[in-house]
Amino acid sequence: MNKKSFRETLESGEFTITAEVGPPKGTHIDEMFHHIDLLKDKVHALNVTDNQSSVMRISSLAVCQIIKDKGGEPILQMTCRDRNRLAQQSDLLGAHVLGIRNVLCLTGDYITVGDHPQAKPVFDLDSAQLIHMVKSLNEGKDIGGNELSGSTDFYIGATVTPESKPIEPQLLKFEKKIKAGARFFQTQAIYDIENFRRFMDYARKFDIKIMAGLVLLVSAGMAKYMNKNVPGIFVPDNLVDELASTEKGKGLAKGVEIAGRMIRQLREQKICDGVHIMAIGREGVIPEILAAAS
Amino acid sequence: MIIAERKTFDEIKQIVGDAHKILIVGCGTCVAVCMAGGEKEVGILASLLRLDAKREGRELEIIETTVERQCDKEYLEPLAKKVSDADVVVSLACGAGVQFLAEMYDTKRVLPGLNTRFIGVAEHEGMWTQRCMACSDCILGETGGICPVTICPKGLLNGPCGGTNEGKCEVDNEKDCAWTLIYRRLEKTGGLNNIKKLFPPKRYDVQTKPGKVIHPAYEKGEGKAHE
Ligand code: SF4
Ligand code: SF4
Repeated sequence: MNKKSFRETLESGEFTITAEVGPPKGTHIDEMFHHIDLLKDKVHALNVTDNQSSVMRISSLAVCQIIKDKGGEPILQMTCRDRNRLAQQSDLLGAHVLGIRNVLCLTGDYITVGDHPQAKPVFDLDSAQLIHMVKSLNEGKDIGGNELSGSTDFYIGATVTPESKPIEPQLLKFEKKIKAGARFFQTQAIYDIENFRRFMDYARKFDIKIMAGLVLLVSAGMAKYMNKNVPGIFVPDNLVDELASTEKGKGLAKGVEIAGRMIRQLREQKICDGVHIMAIGREGVIPEILAAAS
Repeated sequence: MIIAERKTFDEIKQIVGDAHKILIVGCGTCVAVCMAGGEKEVGILASLLRLDAKREGRELEIIETTVERQCDKEYLEPLAKKVSDADVVVSLACGAGVQFLAEMYDTKRVLPGLNTRFIGVAEHEGMWTQRCMACSDCILGETGGICPVTICPKGLLNGPCGGTNEGKCEVDNEKDCAWTLIYRRLEKTGGLNNIKKLFPPKRYDVQTKPGKVIHPAYEKGEGKAHE
């Protein structure tokens, strides 16, 4: 793709696209290699999740390096669940010297939802404090105020849930993340463009970039399940109906069409600065989504 | 106060082993209020152990006693005779009380009969909930009297995580999200500005274990107390 970095692309105002790579649990990485090869030149950067859903997997840092080796650009996801501030900072310094330049700061799911429910949850910092810490490393100091011999240069990202209910505490945190130093946001999945437009009317007040999160829908059942069980996700009735009236076996194709259509609308109407596509196990169809969006 | 729960009977039976004479020491303060280790619970445990021994045809003598507080030496000293007569001592105090009793009578096996759970309140009859982690640096003044360190499972200081849902917590959807509670409380009491600032990370140096508190009046020996 272009030689511009993810940061340059997003900051230049060009509509920017990212996708996600979930590291496997175990050392077989063929499938992940395949996904990286498939996507690295089609999107501007690839997020690498950090023990997603509190399930132990290959480290985000290692997979970011693999993406770089393959010529792609990684976004290191870092949660607060598994490391204290020392471990987080040393990983961040390590990421910088490996040439990783983007970091997405997250709280992390609670530990009991994953596959090591008895482990000690860390949460030494919260996501806003993590953002502040990365900013401080960029400025040449660690979180304890100690001088670094050589600072980092991270493009700092964060997340926000525009459909969170109630919304006020969520926005309080969003604004704190901006104050702490977040430069770009990837949102939790959004499906209702009108709701999202209202969120963007508010978010445009701030000097930040916002990428809309899109989770690929594959059936009406999945949409209904998410509405019921996933906090902060709202799939409007018209999309549920559209999926429900799809011929059997064509759910995935319909989901691809919907995602493509949403991306096109977000881009053409300049609603936000880009999209972050989460295909959750169906990374293979991302090129089709992008084709449907063009 | 300290909230505790009695260990299962099977576990207690197992740790006392084949002792013939057991002293059960209750504690009349926190654990009596939360119905885990007061005089009444000492009686219940004693009956259970006696019944079990009888059923198995074992000889067992149990002495029951309950002191005002096991975390204060003056209440433990009078137990000397009873302790020395027993093979083992089962303490129904919180973990602190068990240790203090064991420290005072350090030639005797002193065993815990409770699992100590947390610092909490009686939310309603028969139900206690955790309210404080004893973090040594209380921020309740800024968070509307609701503790995010405790009420939020992740201890988040700067607002909710992405999992909060209709005011409930992602970790337990029966429980309110600490940050919705805090926001709503401050909305009512007019302190929302308090939480707009970025709270710095919690200091863990002040929580280095084991903690120690010396009242200022006692800081430099007795002399100071009279200054
Ligand atoms: S902030 Fe919370 S944990 Fe700390 S002392 Fe206050 S109530 Fe206890
Ligand atoms: S939902 Fe609220 S209380 Fe629960 S972990 Fe998230 S912020 Fe904490």
